[in-house]
Amino acid sequence: MGFSSVDLKSLTIDAARSSVQARTTTAQSLAEAFYAKIENDDPRIGAYLTLSKDRALQQAKRMDSLAEKGETLPPLGGVPVGIKDVMATRGVRTTAGSKILGNYVPPYDCTAVARMESAGAVVLGKLNCDEFAMGSSNENSAWHPVHNPRDLSRVPGGSSGGSAAAVAADMAVATLGSDTGGSIRQPAAFCGVVGLMPTYGRVSRYGLIAFASSLDRIGPLTKTVKDAAIVLRAIAGRDPMDSTSADVPVPDYAAELEKPVRGLKLGVAKEYFGEGLDSEVRKSVEAAIQKLAESGCEIVPVSLPHTEYAIPAYYIVATAEASSNLARFDGVRYGCRDGDARTLSEMYRRTRDHGFGAEVKRRILLGTYALSSGYYDAYYLKAQKVRTLLVRDFEEAFRTVDAIVTPTSPTAAFKLGEKADDPLAMYLADIFTVTADLAGIPGISVPCGKTKENLPIGLQILGKHFDEATILRVASAYEQAA
Amino acid sequence: MKVTEKDVAHVADLANLELTEAERGPLLRDLNSILDYIDRLNQLDTTGVPPMAQASNPYGVDPAKASREDVHEGLRKSLPHEAALQNAPDSDGTFFKVPKVIER
Repeated sequence: MGFSSVDLKSLTIDAARSSVQARTTTAQSLAEAFYAKIENDDPRIGAYLTLSKDRALQQAKRMDSLAEKGETLPPLGGVPVGIKDVMATRGVRTTAGSKILGNYVPPYDCTAVARMESAGAVVLGKLNCDEFAMGSSNENSAWHPVHNPRDLSRVPGGSSGGSAAAVAADMAVATLGSDTGGSIRQPAAFCGVVGLMPTYGRVSRYGLIAFASSLDRIGPLTKTVKDAAIVLRAIAGRDPMDSTSADVPVPDYAAELEKPVRGLKLGVAKEYFGEGLDSEVRKSVEAAIQKLAESGCEIVPVSLPHTEYAIPAYYIVATAEASSNLARFDGVRYGCRDGDARTLSEMYRRTRDHGFGAEVKRRILLGTYALSSGYYDAYYLKAQKVRTLLVRDFEEAFRTVDAIVTPTSPTAAFKLGEKADDPLAMYLADIFTVTADLAGIPGISVPCGKTKENLPIGLQILGKHFDEATILRVASAYEQAA
Repeated sequence: MKVTEKDVAHVADLANLELTEAERGPLLRDLNSILDYIDRLNQLDTTGVPPMAQASNPYGVDPAKASREDVHEGLRKSLPHEAALQNAPDSDGTFFKVPKVIER
């Protein structure tokens, strides 16, 4: 009944669930096998921050007793998963990668986590990330960096670096991440896994520690497109606890994958293939587009003329919202406090000074500046207007195409430390991903080959609002053809 | 340079941050380099373009559903006192405690 590491490597959601269902293994021994793997391999990678063994084994036991009684397991029954540490887990430490929440144990569960567990998933633990999900390399974690399992000298991407690395290193079958500017798709590309950012409103944000509320989304990182489809179905749908969650029917995404892609129109925008795109990434993405054409998709040139303004607009909108959201960390109700302060104001300042890392302070200052008297119109309002133009670009393109294919990131994974001292260079790593965040549309990154140095490359597929089914279908067609 | 040392001090004050001398220099440099890059937004004429705070409204989030009738006990019952206070850095068991606000 034991699982060797080879077994864990090929293990998909359906394979894990059906082996628990068929009693060829138990959910408990499966969880134990993953914990053994984590204990053995994670010291070199650094994906996990906290393990939730009691909770995992209790859930595994529940799944085993269902299987024992011959009842049909739910879609994720017995499947070991990991959760990015920005999602609240009742009774399990949740730090958002920050010292300021170093001792925070939430009294409630994030809706997406609760839905994963209702669907039978076994939550192994909490995954490392950039502090408050702010970063593109995971180097902004207050605890320790994450090493890319494909090349330990390189970053796994960010901010969901732990979520991508855990899947890539077979330390979870699937994980949840969050995406505000590319934080699911870019690490998925860097680590060679599938990462799906659903439409804004598709998945409840209740219990997600807020970074930028008009952009933040929760989504899956998995080994296969089908697994992403299964997880999305489990977590999607209206939640009264999040008034921005949409009351839009949730299709059976896995069943949708069966539909043919022949005749689908795929847009290719020249703005995503310009200066700064690594030549090997370009070659792989172009080859992938060729494969999709061979599968019967029609390739149509489209234009998204405001793309070059997405990064500046994003870094105003996101930091402005962050400066407001992070005001709640004041040392009063939860988290750490500087105990030596004599006045309330001094206590707030010292707590925040000691609790937040450099990038978080940088963004709070930038956002506060953009919202401050005299600069609001020039920065915040201007960025919001440019956001409208970016949305119109996509509306125009989606009048003629069903989905848009681009590179996920202009380069493959860079070296740890390479961009750590240059915030602007780091921000530009998000250049192909932030547009979809600002526009509220869904996007998926699927592996599409490797560089000469054997580093994974990601193909991004962007879709219409609430049309995750189509981008999953295209991603799956590519995955099958590749 | 758009942002001066004085601006950094002012904005830090607004954001309830203190910042050490060692932090201020690099932050000043970074903010100026980022804002220089952000200035390219001014190449765009946005006259008559409405600002967008939230991308979702036209696409499924029905504003009528965003607000709802009051529910007496809330959608979820309030946390028990003990649970609400369990993460407090300082409390007396009933209230959160903070340093004295008013000197008498």
